Amino acid sequence: MEEYSVLRLILYLAGIIGVVVAFHAAYLVWAERKIAAHVQRRIGPKEVGPFGLLQPLADGAKLMSKQLFRPAGADAVLFWIAPFMVLVPAVMSMVTIPFSENLVARDINIGILMIFAFASVNVLGLLLGGWGSANKYAVISAARAVSQNVAYEIPMLIIVITVAMATNTLNLNDIVRQQDGWIWNWNAFNWLKVGPFMFANMIMFFICSLAETNRAPFDMAEAESELIAGAYTEYPGMGFGVFFMGEYANIVIGCALTTILFLGGWQSPVAFLPDGVWWFVIKLYALLYTVIWVRWVYPRTTLYGLLNLSWKVLIPFTLFNLIMTGLWLKVFKGF
Amino acid sequence: MNGLTQLTDETFVLNLGPQHPATHGVLRVKLVMDGEWIVKAEPVLGYIHRMHEKMGENRTFAQFMPNTGRMDYLGALFYNHGYCCAVERAAGIEVPERAEWIRVITAELNRISSHLLWFGAFVLDLGGFTPLLYAFDDREIILDLLESVTGSRLTYCYFRFGGVYNDIDDSFIEGTRAFIKRMRGRMPMYHDLVTGNIIMRKRLEGIGPISQEMVRRYGATGPVARGSGINFDVRRHEPYSVYPELDFKVPVYHECDSMARYMVRMDEIEESMRIVEQGLDRLPEGPVMAAKAPKIIKPAKGDYYHAVEAARGSFGVRIVSDGTNTPYRLKLRSPTFSNLSLFGEACEGMLLADALALMGSLDLVIPEIDR
Amino acid sequence: MLDTIKAKLAALSPENISEPVYKEKGFVLDVQVAPEGVVAAAETLSAEGFFLEAITGVDWIDDNQLEAVYDYNHMASFCRVVVRTRCDRATPEVPTISEVYPGADWHERETHDFFGIKFLGHPNLEPLLLPEDADFHPLLKDFKP
Repeated sequence: MEEYSVLRLILYLAGIIGVVVAFHAAYLVWAERKIAAHVQRRIGPKEVGPFGLLQPLADGAKLMSKQLFRPAGADAVLFWIAPFMVLVPAVMSMVTIPFSENLVARDINIGILMIFAFASVNVLGLLLGGWGSANKYAVISAARAVSQNVAYEIPMLIIVITVAMATNTLNLNDIVRQQDGWIWNWNAFNWLKVGPFMFANMIMFFICSLAETNRAPFDMAEAESELIAGAYTEYPGMGFGVFFMGEYANIVIGCALTTILFLGGWQSPVAFLPDGVWWFVIKLYALLYTVIWVRWVYPRTTLYGLLNLSWKVLIPFTLFNLIMTGLWLKVFKGF
Repeated sequence: MNGLTQLTDETFVLNLGPQHPATHGVLRVKLVMDGEWIVKAEPVLGYIHRMHEKMGENRTFAQFMPNTGRMDYLGALFYNHGYCCAVERAAGIEVPERAEWIRVITAELNRISSHLLWFGAFVLDLGGFTPLLYAFDDREIILDLLESVTGSRLTYCYFRFGGVYNDIDDSFIEGTRAFIKRMRGRMPMYHDLVTGNIIMRKRLEGIGPISQEMVRRYGATGPVARGSGINFDVRRHEPYSVYPELDFKVPVYHECDSMARYMVRMDEIEESMRIVEQGLDRLPEGPVMAAKAPKIIKPAKGDYYHAVEAARGSFGVRIVSDGTNTPYRLKLRSPTFSNLSLFGEACEGMLLADALALMGSLDLVIPEIDR
Repeated sequence: MLDTIKAKLAALSPENISEPVYKEKGFVLDVQVAPEGVVAAAETLSAEGFFLEAITGVDWIDDNQLEAVYDYNHMASFCRVVVRTRCDRATPEVPTISEVYPGADWHERETHDFFGIKFLGHPNLEPLLLPEDADFHPLLKDFKP
């Protein structure tokens, strides 16, 4: 049993790295370019393969064939370790994500805690990359990334505490199982069971995950019109490519968490339809589409607008929701 | 250079440019920063300096004409216009009425295209990529229209001493009317999607104040002055061509911030459309070149000045003539040169992101500054 | 505005003051002062609310003189004033007006680049448009590239 389990973990890791991380990083870029083109009334990639579907492969080949150049003065160790500090935690977080009831690498009891533990390593990658590049823009970007991530981890964790309080578990699969049945049993809409504030929590969680993953309109760390490419400025070829894969994997995790915590994960919205991984994928892609769509519609905020949003709006509101949910559960679960 | 003397342990020097996405060309700004705050900013010019003024001194008046389109490449017709008017003033050439109207119509179309590009690039500075492509979509039509009469798409050399090179035809008039109809429908969309956007407003309102006194001391003109509540537009102030006969408003906003400058330019697009419409309605018949325009221009000794309202402010040409067929001295007063000179003072104590928004709101065209 | 400023500038005892026809010249008041007089003229004009459009030079090589030309304009009323001063070609020195008009800073640097006119008291008279180490003045008539 034990050997089987280890083999299973290795297979899953290979699957996650191969399918979810590499495939997503490549094809989310393709999807992003196509959706951006649609928003901007262009065609987007179309030359390489049908509908430009082979474009990501061409991009990958280009990135891999580039010289791995390290600027003079950059710290060799920090510079090369940083991209993996972003990618590896993202891959590790995937381990606990239940794509369906059985399609999960490790069904551990504190899955959600583990994801957040790894998410805070992710920011170290940006910090090291920015610091190690010996570039002033990259250092500014690193400082921005850290203050942004610290600010947005707090409301995110408060929301997670609220969810954990209402569902009584930290196991992601259990959280999904509790949302069985019709669409109104999902946490976002199930106000009788988990309190009436979950929908607001979902919106705030989604905003936080945009900020955590440095996506527009909160892409302060790589604000290209201010900081050129921020922490990635000096990275060549696959150094940049690995950062990119890690970033897109993080976006997938953010959207997957939103799906699991609030939108019923792999549960079908209609009670008599079979549950399964396809529901998870549909919800995930709807959220990913939203992420991409938001990026191409909104201009960027400023760092201080961003921090104010977290400290002055999101944290008070999430705290309020936490307390009110606690009260709600105490009053109505008492029966 | 002075900035370096202010170095302390807390500050660092950030070299913004000459290759940077926000400087729209080869402008370099030396910033002394304290964290994200700017302590001191010093623009460094000259990376695309081509000494057009010297070129003017060693060729005839007509030979210099193509150079004028190569300074402000987004508003080449204003430079055409300013130079033509100055030479016509010096040589005493009368321009037929139809040519004057054509000049105004094409120049105002050029103003719309210049402001549209600015609009896209400005929102791009703020991190919004999409409006740029919508603006280019509209601008493309103007470029096609102007290409059909001037023969070029960007660096026009269309005006001649005593008229214009080419008469406009019916297809141009129809195309222009169709464009204005389309653009009238697009402006509310721009205002809905961009002007009213909450992030956009937060980033522009109250940011980058330029006081009226600062405008005066630095000699800033154009939308920068009008965004600070100064009603100064050369088209009204020192009327030239047929502008006195036209009915248009000069948009003035009193907030002095980046939003005011944004609104001035957006309103100017609408006013320019009104001017073009009036021009098309009232276009008289007649020749487009003065019959008596001399082939060789030899102005009398003395100096002559003419200013026009370019897309970015007051563009002036000073010609000092010694009575020969080449200018003795040709001075080109470019509006963004003065507009940029206030940047150092205006952005002290600002955040880097806000300073770049301020720089975008100045609407810089670097080849015009460096000449 | 024209009469007021004319009276005030005339009080500074300029070398020459004339009112050209606007339609022919493009400006309404032409004032010639001694090099020492440009600051006083700038102060007078600034007090009346004028702004500085440009500063430029002209090389009168036949007279062995360099001329500095200041274009002023007014934002509220129609009044374009030209102030000009001439200095010796061997020692081209004119006091700076960058303390009156901060915008003059760059214009004076540009004029120094092109003509070598030294603006005395200028805080930072280094090449603006020319390369940092430029020691030539391309708009002088005897300039050989």
